[in-house]
Amino acid sequence: MLSKVLTIARFTLLEAVRTRLLWIVLIILALLFLGSLFVQHIAITETERIQIGFLAASVRMAAVLILSLHLAGSVVREFNDKVVDLLLSLALPRAGYYLGKFLGFAGIAVAIAALATLTILAVALFDMAWAKLITHSDIGNISALVSGPALAQWGVSLALELTLVAALTLFCVITFAQIMPAISFVIAFYLLARSISAVRLLSTSQLLAPNDWSNRAIAHLVDALGWLLPDLDRFTSTAWLVDHSATLGDLYLNAIQTLVYGGLLLGAGLFDLYRRNL
Amino acid sequence: MKQRRLSVVPRTVIALAIVALASQIAFAVIQPRPQARAEELPVPPPRTALRAMSLGDPIPLAQFSTLWLQAFDNQPGVSIPFLNLDYGKVEAWLQSILQLDPRGQYPLMMASQLYAQVPDERKQRQMLALVYREFLTDPNRRWPWMAHAAIMAKHRLNDLPLALKYAQALAAHATSADVPHWARQMEIFLYEDLGEYETARILLGGLLNSGAVQDAHETRFLIERLNALKDAEKSSSTSEK
Repeated sequence: MLSKVLTIARFTLLEAVRTRLLWIVLIILALLFLGSLFVQHIAITETERIQIGFLAASVRMAAVLILSLHLAGSVVREFNDKVVDLLLSLALPRAGYYLGKFLGFAGIAVAIAALATLTILAVALFDMAWAKLITHSDIGNISALVSGPALAQWGVSLALELTLVAALTLFCVITFAQIMPAISFVIAFYLLARSISAVRLLSTSQLLAPNDWSNRAIAHLVDALGWLLPDLDRFTSTAWLVDHSATLGDLYLNAIQTLVYGGLLLGAGLFDLYRRNL
Repeated sequence: MKQRRLSVVPRTVIALAIVALASQIAFAVIQPRPQARAEELPVPPPRTALRAMSLGDPIPLAQFSTLWLQAFDNQPGVSIPFLNLDYGKVEAWLQSILQLDPRGQYPLMMASQLYAQVPDERKQRQMLALVYREFLTDPNRRWPWMAHAAIMAKHRLNDLPLALKYAQALAAHATSADVPHWARQMEIFLYEDLGEYETARILLGGLLNSGAVQDAHETRFLIERLNALKDAEKSSSTSEK
C-alpha cells in the first residue's frame, strides 16, 4: 500500500508543478518583496525591522491562503471529474488515497515554506548589500537584524504550520466537498487558532467579577475551545526574526502540536471519507 | 446525500481520531495558561496605520483594542498590577483608542477608574492629566471622568489647587443641560475647602440667582450652604482681626 500512497503523493506534487503553482507562489512572493521595499522606504526609523516584520507576516498569510486554495481546488476538481471514484474502484483503500493526498500536500507546504524563507533571506542579503554600499563596512551576520539560525527556525515553524493547514484544508474539503464553505471554514479556524490565547486572556480578566457564574462559565467555555484548537500563535512568530530567536523548546512544542493535531485532522478526515457515499 | 454506515469505518481510523483528540486535549491542558506580561505591552501603531487597519470602520477596532488593553490587568496566577505597566504606552493606547472612537467613554473610564488607582502619585497624576486634556475636547460628554478626577485630586492626592483646576474646567466647559448641578458646583465647595469663602459665596450666590437650580430641595440646601459660607467668612475675618 505504501507504494500506492507514495505514487498518489508524487502525482499530487506533479499536479502542483503543472498547474503553475510554483509560478504563482514566486510572483506573489516577488510582489510582497517589492511591498516590503516600499514599507522600508516610507519608514523613518527601524527600517529593516519594519521591512522584515511586514514581509514575514504577509508571506505567512499569503502562504496559508495559496496552499489552502490550491488544495481545495485540486481535491474538488478530482471529485467533480470522478477521478476519486476511478481511483477508489482500483485496489486502493480510501485511507491510501487520503494519506497519499496528504503527503503530497504536505510536500507542497514544505516547498512553499522553503520559498518563503528564501524570500526573507533575499531581503536580508539585499539589506546587507545595501548597508555595505552605504557604509562601506563588513557586517558579520546575514544582516544586522536577522541571524541565520533564527531564519531557519522561522522556516521550520512555517513548514509545520503549513502542514497543519494542509491537513485542515483536506479535512474541510472532504467534509464540505465545495471550495467556498471549505475555505471559509479554514480561514475562520486559522484566525481563531491564531487568536485563541488572546481570547482566553480576555475572558479571564479580574475586572469581570470572576466569581460571577456567567463570567466563570464563559471563561471555561473559552478554555474548552482553546483545548480543541491548535495553539497557532506559538508558531512562526515574527519576533523570532526581529527580536530574539526561538528556543529549541519552542520548535519541539510546535512539532508535537503538529503531530498531535495533524493526527486528529487525519483521523477526522478519514472518518468522514469512509462514511461518504461516492 | 445519505452517509454510509458507521461500521464501514475501519477501527484503526476511529482509534486514531479518538487517541489524537485525547492527546490534543492532554497537550493543551498541560500547556501553561496564556499570561499577560507588563513588558509585552507595545507602543500603539501610528494613528494613520490604525486607521488603515480599521478598514474604514474604526469603532470595532477601538473596541477590540480597549478589551485587549484591559487584558493587561491582574491575571489569575500572575499578578500584574497596573503599576508595572509603562504608563507612557498606556496613555498612548488610550489616546489612540479615543481617536478611533471619540464618542466612546471606555478609555477615559479606564484612565480615571483603573489606571489612576495605582499607589504611585506620578502615574496617578499622569492619568488625571490625560483625563483633563481629553475632557477639554468633548466636555459635555466626558464630564463624569473629569468630576472623578477632581474628587481624586482632592481626596487621594490631597492637591486642592489641582482639584480646583479640574472643577473650574467642569464649571466652565461642561455647560450642557445634561450635566448635573453637583458637578458644576464642585468648584464652589473646593473654594470653601481652600478657605476662600468669599469666592465660594459669590459663585454660589451667582448660581442661585441664575435660576439654573430648579429643584426646591437643592435650592434650600444651597441656601443653607450659602449661609454657612457667610458665617464662615465672618468668623474668618474676625479671627484675622
